[in-house]
Amino acid sequence: MKLSALSRSELSLRLRHGLPLRTGAFTFRVKTCIPSVAHGLSLLYADYPLAAEEFSDFHVTLASPPTLRRWFKSQVTFRFDGMAPFAPLPYTQAFPMLEWGLNWCVSNHANNYLIIHAAVVEKNGYAAILPAPPGSGKSTLCAALTLRGWRLLSDELTLIRLSDGLIEPLPRPISLKNASIGVIKRFAPAAVFSPEVRDTVKGTVAHMKPGADSVRRAALPARAAWIVFPKYEAGAPSVLDTVTPARAFMRLADNAFNYSLLGQQGFHTLAGVMDGTAAYDFTYSVLDEAIQVFDALPVPA
Amino acid sequence: MRQQTPQKPQKPHEQQALILAALRDPQALPGWDLPRWDLLLRQLRQADLTASLYIQLQQRDLLEKIPRQPRRHLEWAAQFARRHTQSVLWEVGFIRKALQEAGVSLVLLKGAAYVAAALPQAKGRIFSDIDILVPKGSLEMVESTLMLYGWNTGHHDAYDQRYYRTWMHELPPMQHVKRMTAIDVHHAIVPVTARIRPAPDKLLAAAVPANGETLDRVLAPADMVLHSAVHLFYDGEYDHGLRDLVDIHCLLMHFAQQPGFWGGLVSRAQELELARPLYYALRYATSLLHTPVPDAVMRAAEVARPHPVLLWVMDALFQRALLPKHPSCDDRYTGVARFLLYLRANWLRMPPVLLIKHLFHKAFLSPKQSG
Repeated sequence: MKLSALSRSELSLRLRHGLPLRTGAFTFRVKTCIPSVAHGLSLLYADYPLAAEEFSDFHVTLASPPTLRRWFKSQVTFRFDGMAPFAPLPYTQAFPMLEWGLNWCVSNHANNYLIIHAAVVEKNGYAAILPAPPGSGKSTLCAALTLRGWRLLSDELTLIRLSDGLIEPLPRPISLKNASIGVIKRFAPAAVFSPEVRDTVKGTVAHMKPGADSVRRAALPARAAWIVFPKYEAGAPSVLDTVTPARAFMRLADNAFNYSLLGQQGFHTLAGVMDGTAAYDFTYSVLDEAIQVFDALPVPA
Repeated sequence: MRQQTPQKPQKPHEQQALILAALRDPQALPGWDLPRWDLLLRQLRQADLTASLYIQLQQRDLLEKIPRQPRRHLEWAAQFARRHTQSVLWEVGFIRKALQEAGVSLVLLKGAAYVAAALPQAKGRIFSDIDILVPKGSLEMVESTLMLYGWNTGHHDAYDQRYYRTWMHELPPMQHVKRMTAIDVHHAIVPVTARIRPAPDKLLAAAVPANGETLDRVLAPADMVLHSAVHLFYDGEYDHGLRDLVDIHCLLMHFAQQPGFWGGLVSRAQELELARPLYYALRYATSLLHTPVPDAVMRAAEVARPHPVLLWVMDALFQRALLPKHPSCDDRYTGVARFLLYLRANWLRMPPVLLIKHLFHKAFLSPKQSG
């Protein structure tokens, strides 16, 4: 059963008791009474399957802390089974906080993967990993690619299985910030967005609904073929520069959440990824051009 | 069509004791259904015992029989714990080097001791700082040498400094400026001001080699159990109470194989003025975890049994506070029990007048100074 099978009132009711939602390889039991969270979920998670009631990987709650503040400057706290890993945020940021919280759950626990802070998309069985610091246009490029035939594996967390080096999809809404929101809305007027939330630590944020196809094929892993370090530069032409494997290795390791925790296994997994991939620095400013470049990436031997 | 509300593992008291049932009888875990696993994992995580249970199952060759979804969580925790063990050994190496220069041999306590001695419970045990025991006479030398090697004391407040240096059994915690790792340097195992006074010289004199490879030492088997007991039952911090009780359980099970261990335990406890904490340790390990303790030892330990009324109170407090800090383990008195045990620990730590001064300072003067 998909989330879209629930009416809005059913959804709110189920969320009060905890709604088990499946995204990729994980089930989250989300419990909240906050209307903006229910609204965000109904908009962006309509195509996601509901999980069985009997077992959830992560039990998360979003609620206002029971302090006097709730009456004049209301806040929201994300809890993972009672523990609060972050400081409370303004009440209006509840939905983005859920997204950040779910990422935190995965990146802090799922140690059967090498977890890299990177977007990852796939076409014809080949995956492109886009690691990048915030502000480099990684999510913008990722959103545009998924709107033009690439499958979304993840916008934030590239999960590389230690067992076989394949990338496990974790398709979730794509987080866009500030000017990127308008850029993608103009690029694809039909795309579905959660309401814009202002004044977060990342500025204004909105999340874009991933394609139904990406969600449906979430169980299908992919092999990495390219590592592309994107960099948005206003007015720049699209330029693809080869990066040496050694340099790309270090830059990927720098972006990994659990590289040192995994020790040797992390090293071997990353080395395995480097073996089958080509790495590039990619400067761009025009999304349509960028997509052409991606579509023409040479399939590695 | 509405799905039914989640299946809960039976009655509240059964939910509450789920983690105890799992620790007592890991052999039965392959038969557990997913709703039970769901709650068990949450209790384990809160108690920091997930990786420990992984080891229990691995030693019994049962991992493959655990359903895939919960098994994955056990493996995640085990991966983290393996890394933790490595980093502890790595850090102990740095401390050893510093102490060698100070001319003091390294005696490790608690978690780091279990790791260095490769005791069964060391695998899978997570802890945040490394505890060492040094002779009181070498304290200044040890402190200044550690500072040369990059460990700094974090408590700059004059009151805190005096609190640790005059009344406590350890230096203010030291943290390494680069690696951010923490050491607690002890010269005794209970505060100077406490009512009981286990002699640190006796502990140091009886210390044994941790393993065959280094010169590091750990407390002798009986002393290790007694230290663990006094730490758990006199310290007032029960966030990891169950994990500490599992430590005692594992130490007892492990040392039981050594001839003479059981025979000497109670008399050693009396010698060190630690018979009461030993009695509590045996009482709650046997009642909560079903640790097999010989009847004769149990009877001998009864010499330190408190008055029946006090024991009734202690049972009510410890049986609550020793469970994981998870809502499914709490009843309406759990919060009160934890608070009373905190007060009790402070009461045991200092004479009343000093305690009142201390609590007054912490409540009214310290916040003002830091603000």
